[in-house]
Amino acid sequence: MTAAADPARAAMLARIQGALGRGAPSEEQRRRVLQRCAAPSANLIPARGRENDRIAQFIAEAERVNATTGRLAGWSAVPAAVAETLSAARLPPRLRMVDDARLASLAWPADLAVATGKAVDGDRASLAVAFAGIAETGTVMLLSSPSSPATLNFLPEMHIVILPEQAIVGAYEDAWANLRTALGAGVMPRVVNWITGPSRTADIEQTLLLGAHGPRLLHILLLAEA
Amino acid sequence: MQSKAHTFTANARAALADEPLQAALARFQGGFPVKRRAAIDRLPEFDALRDAGKAIKDAALANLDIYLEQFEAKVVAAGGHVHWCEDAAAARQTVIDLCREAGAKTITKAKSMIGEEIAINEALAAAGFTPIETDLGEYIIQLRDEAPSHIIVPAVHLSKEQVAESFRAHHRDLPAERPLSEPQAMLDEARAILRQAFLTADVGITGANMLIAETGSTVLVTNEGNADLTQTLPRMQIVIASIEKVVPTLEDAATVLRLLARSATGQELSVYTTFTTGPKRGDDLDGPAAFHVILLDNGRSRMLGGPFAEMLRCIRCGACLNHCPVYSAVGGHAYGWVYPGPMGSVLTPNLIGLAGTSDLPNASTLCGRCEEVCPMRIPLPRMLRQLRRDAFASGGGPKPMRAGLAAWAFVAGRPWLYRLATGLGVRILGLLGRRHGRFRRLPGASGWTAVRDLPAPAGRTFQALWTERNGARQ
Repeated sequence: MTAAADPARAAMLARIQGALGRGAPSEEQRRRVLQRCAAPSANLIPARGRENDRIAQFIAEAERVNATTGRLAGWSAVPAAVAETLSAARLPPRLRMVDDARLASLAWPADLAVATGKAVDGDRASLAVAFAGIAETGTVMLLSSPSSPATLNFLPEMHIVILPEQAIVGAYEDAWANLRTALGAGVMPRVVNWITGPSRTADIEQTLLLGAHGPRLLHILLLAEA
Repeated sequence: MQSKAHTFTANARAALADEPLQAALARFQGGFPVKRRAAIDRLPEFDALRDAGKAIKDAALANLDIYLEQFEAKVVAAGGHVHWCEDAAAARQTVIDLCREAGAKTITKAKSMIGEEIAINEALAAAGFTPIETDLGEYIIQLRDEAPSHIIVPAVHLSKEQVAESFRAHHRDLPAERPLSEPQAMLDEARAILRQAFLTADVGITGANMLIAETGSTVLVTNEGNADLTQTLPRMQIVIASIEKVVPTLEDAATVLRLLARSATGQELSVYTTFTTGPKRGDDLDGPAAFHVILLDNGRSRMLGGPFAEMLRCIRCGACLNHCPVYSAVGGHAYGWVYPGPMGSVLTPNLIGLAGTSDLPNASTLCGRCEEVCPMRIPLPRMLRQLRRDAFASGGGPKPMRAGLAAWAFVAGRPWLYRLATGLGVRILGLLGRRHGRFRRLPGASGWTAVRDLPAPAGRTFQALWTERNGARQ
C-alpha cells in the first residue's frame, strides 16, 4: 500500500494534527521543523565528556563496568596479545575476526586458528575493530558492514575489541560528528553498536551475573599507534 | 491482556498477604534508588540534562506528525517498511500477517512493553506460531504464564526458588536431579536453551526505546544482548514501537540515553545500545533480509492535545515505580494491567478508559516522589489528581465514597460551615479521647482504626491556633 492511500496512516496523522491544533503542515513549516534534522546540533554535554585525559578516563570507566583493557604499541603487537588473552581465559586458540587488511597482514601464531566471516554457533572468541571509544562511559562504538558483521559482537563468549587511542572521543556527540565525517551526513551503517562492558543480567533476585546472552568477557586492546 | 484494574483494592489486599511477594519486594526495595542516587552524584549536570531531555521530547511531540513522516521516509530509503496501526488489534494483525509472509514457525522476542500492551504473544500463539521471550526475566514469566510486574525487571516479584521450580517444570529434557539452587545455574540453563531459539528463529520481534527521525534508526537498549541476537539472526525483524518514541536527531537520542539507564538501574549506560537502520545490505553477511517497523497509536494521538499530553514524554525507565511507596508495598500485578506504578496509573486509564481503572489514580499517596525522580519531569501527581476529578465527574466510585466526597465538598466550600464543623468535631473528639489520648475504635472510621489508632485532637483546630498566633503577632 502506498503511504498516501493508507487510511490508518491518514487517520493517525489527522488525529495528531487535530491535537496539535493545526492541519497538515505546509512545506515551509515542514522545512523549518526538519532543519533540526538537517543540521543536528549537540544539546548539553556534561563536563565528564570534556576531560583532558580521555584515555585514562576511558580505561577507568570501561573497567568500572567489568571490561578488561590492555595497551599495545601498535598493530604488530595484536596477535600475541590476543593469543595471551585467549589462553588466560582458558579458551581454545580459535578466533573469528573482522575482515580487515590491517589484521590480515599480521603475523598470527601458527597455533592460533584465525578465520573471518560472521559469527556462528560454537565460535568462542571474536576480534573486532572499534570505530570509536567514548570516554564518558567507557563505551566502544562498532559499525556493521560486510567486513564487520554484527554477530561477532554478540555470539562468542569472549569479545576482543581493538581501539586505536586516537579514536577515543570524550562524549557521544563527538562520536556522531566523527561518524558523519566518515560516512557522510545522514548516512548510518545498518547497525551501530555502543557496547559498555560485557553482557549481564540481574533478573533473578537482583543477583548480578555476567554473560547473559552476549559475551561474558569484553577485552579492549588500546593501540597507541594506529 | 484482560485488565484486572477494577479489582485493585482486592488485588492489593491479596498482595499484602502474599509472603513470597512481600519477601521479593523487600529484596527489591532500596536497590535501584540507591544505585540511581550514586549514578546521579557522578553527573552534576543531571538536573540540567533532565531539562534538556524534556525539551527534546516536547519538541518532538509539538511536531509529531512531521517527525514521524520523516522517520518513515528514512526507514523506506534504507529498504525497510513502516506500518501505521491505529490500535492493538491492527498491530497484532499486521505482525501476524508479516510472520505468515515470512513463513515463520519460531519467533524470538526481545522484551517490549508495547508487545505486552497489544498482547502479541497470545495472538501469535493463537495463530499457530511459537513466540519465545529471550530477556531472562521475561522468559521466566512467560514460562509461568504471568505478566511482567515491573517495566524493566519483569520477574522482580519472584524468588530464585520459584524460578528453579518453573525451570524444572518446563525444561523436561534435562536431568531432574540437576542442581538449580543458584542464579548462575539457572542463567546457564536459560542461556543454552535460548541460544538454540536464537539460532532457529525465523522472525525476531523487538521493541524500541527511541526512533530517530534524522536517520530512520530504531534505538534499543539491553544489558543481556538478547535484543541484538533477536534482531540479527532471523530472516525478518519486526520492531513494534508507539508513536511517541520518536526523537529528532542522534544528538537528541544521546541526551535521552544519558538519562535513561541512570534513572532506571543506576547504570551510566546500558551494556548494549543499538542503533538499527533498515535490513541487511547488499554484501552484509548477517542481519535480517526484511525490516519492518510498526507504529502504534492506541490512544496516544488522543492524549496529545489534552491534559495528559506530558505523559507522552515517558521513556519507560521505571524510576517512578522504584520510588513509589504504593508500588513497593503491593508490587506490579495489583495494578491489574500492563503498566504498574505511578506512570501506569496515568497511562492505563488513558489507554483503556477510566471506567474500569478509576482505582488506579487513587492508588497513590500523592507524596510526589515520582515527579521528583522522573527524568522527563512528568507531573504525575497533578495527572493523578486530574484523573480523580475526572472519575468523580463521570460518576465513578462506590456510592458511600461519592456521598462522603460530596458532603466534604459542601462543607469545605463554605468557610463558616467548615470552621463550625471542624471546631465542634475537634472539641467533641478531644473531650471523648481525653482519657487515653487516642481512639482504638471509632464509629464510621473503622477502616482507619482497624490498623492504627487515631490520636485524639488536643481540643482546638489548626485554623483557631493560626488566627490566635497571627493575632498575637500583629
